[in-house]
Amino acid sequence: MLGYIVHRLLIMIPTLLAISALTFIIIQLPPGDYLETYIAELESQGESVDVEKIQQLKEQYGLDKPMIVQYLYWLGGLLQGDMGYSFEYSQPVSAIVGDRLFLTFVVTLATVLFTYIVAFPIGVYSATHQYSWGDYGLTFLGFLGLATPNFLLALVLLYMFNRYFGISIGGLMEPEFVDQPWSAEKMASVIQHLIVPTLVIGTAGTAGMIRRLRANLLDELQKQYVTTGRAKGLPPLKLLLKYPLRMSLNPFISDIGDLLPELVSGSVIVSVVMSLPTTGPMLLSALRSQDMYLAGSFLMFLALLTVIGMFISDLALAVLDPRIRLHGGATK
Amino acid sequence: MTAAPVPGQSSRGGAASRTPLKHYVSAAPFDPYSVERMTAEQERYFLASQWRMMWWKLKRHRLAVISGAILLVMYASIFLSELIAPYNLHSRFTDFIYAPPQRVHLFHEGSFQGPFVYGYHYSLNMDNLQRIYTPKDGKTVPPDMAAPPPPEIQKLRFFCLGDPYEYMGLIPGSFHFICPAENGTMFLFGTDRLGRDMFSRIVIGTRVSLTVGLIGVSISFLLGIIIGGFAGYYGGWVDIIVQRVIEVLRSLPELPLWLALSAALPVNWSPLLIYFGITIILGLLDWTGLARAVRSKLLSLREEDFCTAAQLMGASPSRIIGRHLLPSFMSHLIASATLRIPAMILGETALSFLGLGLRPPITSWGVLLNEAQNINVVVLYPWLMLPVLPVVVMVLAFNFFGDGLRDAADPYK
Repeated sequence: MLGYIVHRLLIMIPTLLAISALTFIIIQLPPGDYLETYIAELESQGESVDVEKIQQLKEQYGLDKPMIVQYLYWLGGLLQGDMGYSFEYSQPVSAIVGDRLFLTFVVTLATVLFTYIVAFPIGVYSATHQYSWGDYGLTFLGFLGLATPNFLLALVLLYMFNRYFGISIGGLMEPEFVDQPWSAEKMASVIQHLIVPTLVIGTAGTAGMIRRLRANLLDELQKQYVTTGRAKGLPPLKLLLKYPLRMSLNPFISDIGDLLPELVSGSVIVSVVMSLPTTGPMLLSALRSQDMYLAGSFLMFLALLTVIGMFISDLALAVLDPRIRLHGGATK
Repeated sequence: MTAAPVPGQSSRGGAASRTPLKHYVSAAPFDPYSVERMTAEQERYFLASQWRMMWWKLKRHRLAVISGAILLVMYASIFLSELIAPYNLHSRFTDFIYAPPQRVHLFHEGSFQGPFVYGYHYSLNMDNLQRIYTPKDGKTVPPDMAAPPPPEIQKLRFFCLGDPYEYMGLIPGSFHFICPAENGTMFLFGTDRLGRDMFSRIVIGTRVSLTVGLIGVSISFLLGIIIGGFAGYYGGWVDIIVQRVIEVLRSLPELPLWLALSAALPVNWSPLLIYFGITIILGLLDWTGLARAVRSKLLSLREEDFCTAAQLMGASPSRIIGRHLLPSFMSHLIASATLRIPAMILGETALSFLGLGLRPPITSWGVLLNEAQNINVVVLYPWLMLPVLPVVVMVLAFNFFGDGLRDAADPYK
């Protein structure tokens, strides 16, 4: 097992390197860079440019050097925890993003939990009551969740929650808590505000999960060992829980790899609409203003989140599924 | 059955045993192949081509057929967008800004009039400067009047000349299938902040929204087949590299990547170029799933005898892949490509909604939804969210149709 973990971790390194290179190329793609635009803007307004500071920035990040050198600078910085400098905010990136990264993580985690909690019972019900009205209704609901653009659902739900439950629109907590230290009330407020984003981001992933669980469970239920069990007189609930359900649980674990990028994507657009203090809105504005290091760190973080998620899902699958053997064993 | 029959107890006993059956000989000439010969219906079934069988199987899937019909109608409509829409894409009605949808009626006070709408009475709420439109149906009292104004019936016209337009931006014309009455209005889905008819804009936006998905999928289809085909057929290090690249691409969340790439499109590009840029971006990141499917199929198929035979006859790799291997699972590929189109439609909608996608004057459903970005719209002008309706319908239709296709893709099962 330990060997597997180490092996898996080692594989992550080239993946992450490739991702970082890709990210860097993407954030370098727009013609010109932030400093150029910034200088042009200042000069057009007739203001003096802090030449010294700009020169210093240029040197520190090697903006006047070829791209590959810039990339190495950036990568070296990342490895030491220096995420670069946000030109727009005139602050190191790490000073701005800390809270946002954490909140993104919280929102994503909440969504994953929501997806599992909702998809599990519905999937089981749909499979055991195949072709019933409940099955059709839930399937249709799932499809509807899949087809409705997230952002619109977010808008409508925001309005509804404000209208009927009095939860303030936008943000992740009531306005009066924003700059206060963490307390029980603040926690409660955050949890309240998490409901809508979780619901919205979760809908798409939930629909897919339900369908896969249903299909898997249906396959298992038709196998002969289930008939045998039933013939032996096992109570239906026990028969369901003990064998087929265990077998069909794999998508729950293995799909986290597919689920996470989907959720992260969803959370970006939803948090823009709902102005959540997560990565989404800031990433968008950083991309618009070519604040490359800020945008780059967000992209890296989102990719890291999914890579780690996949790693965890692989490990969990190896632990939980007895059919997966790590140590070769008998080969053909 | 082995025991000797006891008279009176056997089920077969009685009268039958007393009069034995006559020896029967068929007079028809002996035909040794009669068992192997098929009825006309069997023959039709067994000799049908693969595509014909897929069609039969698809036909049995009700929902898929209905969805297919919807898709067909929607895609057909993009050739006639300007004729279906009652107004031009850019026609502005400054007297009717943020007008709510007008309802189509058939009867006025009990008498049949044919399809018509009531004219709008406009008043301004001076407290919050909200525009209020009340239909002149002879009953509703506008807030600034004491009694209802006289009813105004505007009969809709059909196959008529109306708002001028340029068909596909090239051929000028003014023929519409449906027009408002002379000097009347017809805002079936209301108007937006510039007083433009939402219905017309949605109908014309269909053209862009639907083609984005098609072009994007074509690109990813091509890339997927080529890259997956070579990885699967050659195996070895080509395969390893492709696998790693796919892994990296798949671990990147789609939307932020789309965002970053479309932010990289130069600002000075024309909207049409941006449109192609967006479709290429959508396609560029989407080929991974298809490439995987192609690869795994090829890995197993290249061991088949027919493949070895082709190799021995000296066929080149690209001929073997293109001529012998791909056709054997093309139907699967098409089905899974169909299931990718809705993701692209949603992707374009999301990008345009965030303002990083298509730009006006190119109009798609996402561009229209861009207007519905804040909570005011939900409360005050909910009809601005109507472009979401075709999005949902199309995504559902594609999903159901794709499901049906996937089931039908393997007709021998």
